[in-house]
Amino acid sequence: MAEYLILIYENESDYETGGEAVYGRVMAAHNAFGEKHAAALRGGNALQGVSTATSVRSDGAGGFTTTDGPFAETKEALGGYYLVEAADLDEAIAIAKDVPAFFGGVEVRPIMTFD
Amino acid sequence: MTTDPGRGSAAAAQVAAAVADAHRREWAFVLAATVRVTRDLDLAEECVQDAYARALTAWATEGVPARPGGWLTTTARRRAIDLLRRDANLRRRLPLLVEDPTEPGPEDEPGLEEAAGPGEVPATPATPSGWPAARWPTPRSGPPGAVGLGAAGPGMVGPAAPGGPADRPGRPRPVRGLDDLPVVAGAADDRLRLIFTCCHPALALEARVALTLRLLCGLTTAEVARAFLVTEPTMAARITRAKKKIAAARIPYRVPPAAELPERIDAVLTVVHLLYTTGHTAPTGADLVRRDLVERALDLARMLRLLLPDDPDVAGLLALVLLTDARAAGRVGPDGRLLLLAEQDRAQWDRAAIDEGVALVREALRRRGPGAGPGRLPGRFPLMAAIAAVHSGSPSWEDTDWREIVGLYDLLTRRWPSPVVALNRAVAVGFGEGPAAGLAALDALAAEPQLAGYGYLPAARADFLRALGRVADARLAYEEALALTENAVERDFLAARLRQLGPS
Repeated sequence: MAEYLILIYENESDYETGGEAVYGRVMAAHNAFGEKHAAALRGGNALQGVSTATSVRSDGAGGFTTTDGPFAETKEALGGYYLVEAADLDEAIAIAKDVPAFFGGVEVRPIMTFD
Repeated sequence: MTTDPGRGSAAAAQVAAAVADAHRREWAFVLAATVRVTRDLDLAEECVQDAYARALTAWATEGVPARPGGWLTTTARRRAIDLLRRDANLRRRLPLLVEDPTEPGPEDEPGLEEAAGPGEVPATPATPSGWPAARWPTPRSGPPGAVGLGAAGPGMVGPAAPGGPADRPGRPRPVRGLDDLPVVAGAADDRLRLIFTCCHPALALEARVALTLRLLCGLTTAEVARAFLVTEPTMAARITRAKKKIAAARIPYRVPPAAELPERIDAVLTVVHLLYTTGHTAPTGADLVRRDLVERALDLARMLRLLLPDDPDVAGLLALVLLTDARAAGRVGPDGRLLLLAEQDRAQWDRAAIDEGVALVREALRRRGPGAGPGRLPGRFPLMAAIAAVHSGSPSWEDTDWREIVGLYDLLTRRWPSPVVALNRAVAVGFGEGPAAGLAALDALAAEPQLAGYGYLPAARADFLRALGRVADARLAYEEALALTENAVERDFLAARLRQLGPS
């Protein structure tokens, strides 16, 4: 078995315009996903919006610059993730297809292991 | 080829020819069976290359075996087992390919740890599998023996692996005995496993194509690089990156379950089709057709047909390749000039290939299979092959049944909506209903962003404009098309059309 991080990238503005109805539908979908894949789930969280993000970069001279905003500005931003356990990529992709991402998509990344 | 100056030169040439033949026919079979022993692509490639090298000398003294593929498989597998037994570190460091978890592994069977005993025979001969399902380290080094392989490009070997499988630190995995691995039973499955791994949709299309040529066709990295007009280090890096993803992301070495098959077969067929179209009209270069790529695509399509005899899309792809390639001899004139379908001497078409293709199209359209998509329409390859079959069955250009062709394009548009399909449909409308109708259908596609930069759109417009006597507009369109192709034969064709229009 191996672990995969499923990163959820979505267009935030769709949530802002969608209002309560959209929020309720998305929450219900995540609850359903959590129940269906309880055995594979190792963790997961939703993130606050990119407007709350702070980027911190080393300036290469021992100091840091701290800036408001995400690391990279993209139309679809990282909004949450699940950590799942799967036998192989095919199984991870099958789980990823069930992850609710109505306004974007997901990225599947294998977790690196060190021994 | 080795040429022995002495009296054995004829015999040596014969052996060399037998090895070359076995290379083309059996490479995928031998490699796929060897991967089941090594569970590592690089090590398997090394052992298979070694087996072919040994064949050159062994067959010269012992004669060419009755079943060259069996001989090569046994030799390659024996070499793999030797290497794995000799070098416990190698065993530990290999990032094992993931196999079917339902197949029994040695861990399930007591007392089968190190040496391969007769008790290690798998539960069923058809599934000779079963290494421990370990969690292996991701940052890998190439196996020590694999350097110098085509795939291991300069600077492409990753950082050294810190250690062995997480759940069994420091312990070598057991090495299976050769006798426990049936060579014939399940062999077809092994090739399918290799195909589905090389053509996994999680790999970029260009990587899938490169891996397929390297692992299934046995081309060297230099040959694959030449086929796609990139440098050898670039291609080596592409192949290495793909292999690394297979190991790190755990793309499994197995035939997908039935529910996933249609999508996965489509990913395989897309690779073979791209290989074929790249060969059929080379994007750049002096020759219109790259025969080597066309032959490889045909070999692969035939192999798939053999391995998946019930799949209508596989039958459709083989039919498409056969029917299109059957016209190859008529496509280029004696002066190297590109001949349009309308100008071709149909007597030059390969009738045997056409008959085989037409029979396959009939079969593919009859049997839709569970994967047949929306409205149970046939797949895109059977439909494209059906269009090719209409042309092949027409005694002359003038007799072409354009209504039938437009009807098939309509089905294809529903099954596989694509701007290029829409373009071909518009051209067929023009041939059936006249240049004005064709031009109107083409102009409806002018705003299609995916067709911007696609040379066939202005070329088709130019032909219809010329037929309508709109010379100035036609000239502009030919010039636009000319700017968009780098194939020398196509360029000559467009330049000749421009000259025929006369001075501006």
